[in-house]
Amino acid sequence: MEEKYIKHRYDPILPSKDEWPVVKLARERKEFIKKVSDKSQERILNLTNHNPDILKEELETTLYREKLRVKQNPWVVDPDDESSFWNKVKESLLHVNSESKLSKADRLKEYQEVLQRITSRYSEEIASNFKHHHYKFTRSVVSFGFSRLLNAARVKGFRSIFSNQYSLQDKIQITGETDQLRDLATKGTVVMVPTHFSNLDSILIGWTISVLGLPPFIYGAGLNLFNISIFAYFMDALGAYKVDRRKKNLMYLETLKTYSKEAIQFGCHSLFFPGGTRSRSGMIESKLKLGLLSTAIEAQRANYQKGIKDVSGKVFIVPVTINYHFVLEAPSLIRDYLSITGQERYYKENDEFSTSYKISKFLVKFFTKGSDISVSVGKAMDVLGNYVDENGNSLDKKDRIIETEDYFISNGAVSVDSQREEEYSNLLGKRIVEEFHKINRVFSSHLVAFTAFEMIKSMNQKLDLFDLIRLPEEDIFLPYDEFKASCQMVYDRILELKKECQINIAPHMKRSMDEIIAHGLSNVGMYHAKRPLIRNKDGYIVTEDMSLLYFYHNRLHGYGLEKLF
Amino acid sequence: MGMDSKNSSNKKVGVVGVGSFGTAIANMLAEKSKVVVYARKPEVVEEINEKHETQGRKLHESIVATFDPEQICEQCEVLFFVVPSSGFQEVVRNFAPFLHPYHLIIHGTKGLCLDLPKGKDLSSITKIKRSQVLTMSEVIQKETVVVRVGCLAGPNLSKELIKGQPAATVVASKYNEVILEGQRLLRSDKFQVYGNSDIIGVELSGVLKNIIAIASGALAGLGLGENARGLLISRGMVEMVHLSNALGGGVRSVIGLAGIGDLVATCNSVDSRNFTVGYRLAKGETLTQIQAEMEEVAEGINTVRIIKAFLETSDLRAPITENLYRVLFEDLEIEDALQFLMKYPFNVDVDFV
Repeated sequence: MEEKYIKHRYDPILPSKDEWPVVKLARERKEFIKKVSDKSQERILNLTNHNPDILKEELETTLYREKLRVKQNPWVVDPDDESSFWNKVKESLLHVNSESKLSKADRLKEYQEVLQRITSRYSEEIASNFKHHHYKFTRSVVSFGFSRLLNAARVKGFRSIFSNQYSLQDKIQITGETDQLRDLATKGTVVMVPTHFSNLDSILIGWTISVLGLPPFIYGAGLNLFNISIFAYFMDALGAYKVDRRKKNLMYLETLKTYSKEAIQFGCHSLFFPGGTRSRSGMIESKLKLGLLSTAIEAQRANYQKGIKDVSGKVFIVPVTINYHFVLEAPSLIRDYLSITGQERYYKENDEFSTSYKISKFLVKFFTKGSDISVSVGKAMDVLGNYVDENGNSLDKKDRIIETEDYFISNGAVSVDSQREEEYSNLLGKRIVEEFHKINRVFSSHLVAFTAFEMIKSMNQKLDLFDLIRLPEEDIFLPYDEFKASCQMVYDRILELKKECQINIAPHMKRSMDEIIAHGLSNVGMYHAKRPLIRNKDGYIVTEDMSLLYFYHNRLHGYGLEKLF
Repeated sequence: MGMDSKNSSNKKVGVVGVGSFGTAIANMLAEKSKVVVYARKPEVVEEINEKHETQGRKLHESIVATFDPEQICEQCEVLFFVVPSSGFQEVVRNFAPFLHPYHLIIHGTKGLCLDLPKGKDLSSITKIKRSQVLTMSEVIQKETVVVRVGCLAGPNLSKELIKGQPAATVVASKYNEVILEGQRLLRSDKFQVYGNSDIIGVELSGVLKNIIAIASGALAGLGLGENARGLLISRGMVEMVHLSNALGGGVRSVIGLAGIGDLVATCNSVDSRNFTVGYRLAKGETLTQIQAEMEEVAEGINTVRIIKAFLETSDLRAPITENLYRVLFEDLEIEDALQFLMKYPFNVDVDFV
């Protein structure tokens, strides 16, 4: 009955760590940072048309925003010399402005010098700090520590702490196109794009990558996570570079994109959370942040421009979905979602992951109680979203081999066209969302949460979402038989969708409906103080928290299942 | 080879389809570039290559014809698809194995295509969703690996183009390079080419105006005058705006050359097939009779059916389309439809800007 998932550890595809791109990158860190800084300057100069007045304006905007940020929103990780650095930038700008005799070319040169200081500071800040012995240590801590916890919880009795009956892979099931991923990672450069629901995702993916025997991937992690020492350690070890969401100025964004693009061209496998931040609503991301995604396309084009036309220069996009019964941060995520009515606010740190202590407590809880996670790896695609075969060739819908390079060709040669590549980013984004939906694995908990919420919604058709969520929980009773019939209806539709390869289901979904419901009820949001869905002693299905129920229900959003009600 | 000196570029341009509009486009392109045309029937190909004409329409002497999709795809990077919407999908499918991502396709077909489950068609389905309605550019993207796609739309009555009378067109594409290429290839002293990035809006404008053209023909057939036509064109435009919006097009494109420009031209033209259908309906003929006697399809009839089925899944009202549907397919008398429209409570003149 149980589906096969990967239980063994794979051998590393590159046994010697010296061959790991990320190690090579760390070795050449200094030169690499210089390169990123130089290339970013070039981009910014191009964007400002080499015009000193436009450049000046951008510099002043950046200065203004940065000074404001330093004053209003300082973080622990910020370096101490921030205000002195920006004060110096200010002085330099004032100095150039007051020199009225300078020619246009000279002014450009002066501004360029200021720009250079900014981009090299940003490059240095963004760059990852990968250290191999940290990586090794972290990896063994994660695997060893977690499996000790797991066995202690599941195998009862004396010496259980030394039992090896369960490994982490029983807890976290890895399924899907793992062989293809391993294969392609030896041939070209992989960009992994997972869904993002929890801060745990980064660690989970890092662990998955290591189980699959892949060399570490680099990825952009929110700088806010580096505020927390335990995370900072993990992140550095996993090859994370830093993304500071407070900085939205042109200089910073261009440097960040350049970093990502150059790292991909360097051959570093990368990881983007294309949704940007964690999904607040619990829905699968439908609008992706295209900024970093576009760097994969740019890197691919740049490789073709350089004449690297074989598979070694090819960039593969691999979508991954992570499925949970339980998202620790759910209460605050959904609160955020409901209170942000479309407006962007400052990212506010939430409670759950704010201290190392709380995280450790969660981890103990997580591993000692049964709540499974699955990581499903999707089919690899080229940067335009075409599937690729085992040799990395792109295929059209009829499985004919096509050249990805042709997408960048105009008048017989590879050309740079930023407007074209912007459209390509949109296309790729859409393809990734499509794949997310296809490889998403339905859990029993998703099914019960979705069904219950839709039933409540259809009983209160006149209410909008906000009124619905404010319904007094004690007034909501769903008779078990009706609930079961509705679950069956949704389940049948899911099976139809599965036949069309539009969705996937977890192995535990092949049991009888009563069992599925029982499994779902006992797992949905199981560690929350208020449970999203339970069966009360009279046998009715009731909820203790409507907004949490809504959150878990959203996981099945985007399949048209609500039309069944 | 004497032709070469006149050509601004040595690259060949392909035109798929040699109907009236296809021939007109091929001739215009041939003024600047070498042109290869594709026709399905070998006898048509032979006629073009030997006599430089087809179905009484002259073709530029430098134009070469072929019935081999592979050949035209190999020779040309830029292809213009100008085939009727009813056969569009099939032609595109035949071309798909030979197309590569470096190709640019610009189409000039004003119609919609349905993407329904196997074995279903409009007679067995009454409701369709937006995802089941495909514009021609969506057909190309669905069936082939070509992504750099554009369309041509605007008041371009083939008869006038063939005579070399001044006109303009819109090249719409999400890709600037496609617009620029279209302009480079087509622009001349007599032909102005505008660009627009809202390809869906431009395609829909060209498609939806056909509905209004049928209605305009009907008014003419009833012997009504210019006041009535003015009324129809302005109300028709409002309906087009709302429909286009619901189908994912922008308002601006409808009030541009491809929308209002084409609408005015078609609603006044006895040369338009759609206009003719309306005209003859008003004279008392039935749809079956009219269709039996027409060589090329009036796209508007199919459009009315598709839009009617789409309206079933949306909250939108489109009184002109709905009543035209009843006239075409449910034996409503045209006079009754007109009465209905005159009583319809349109009370706001313009409600979309």
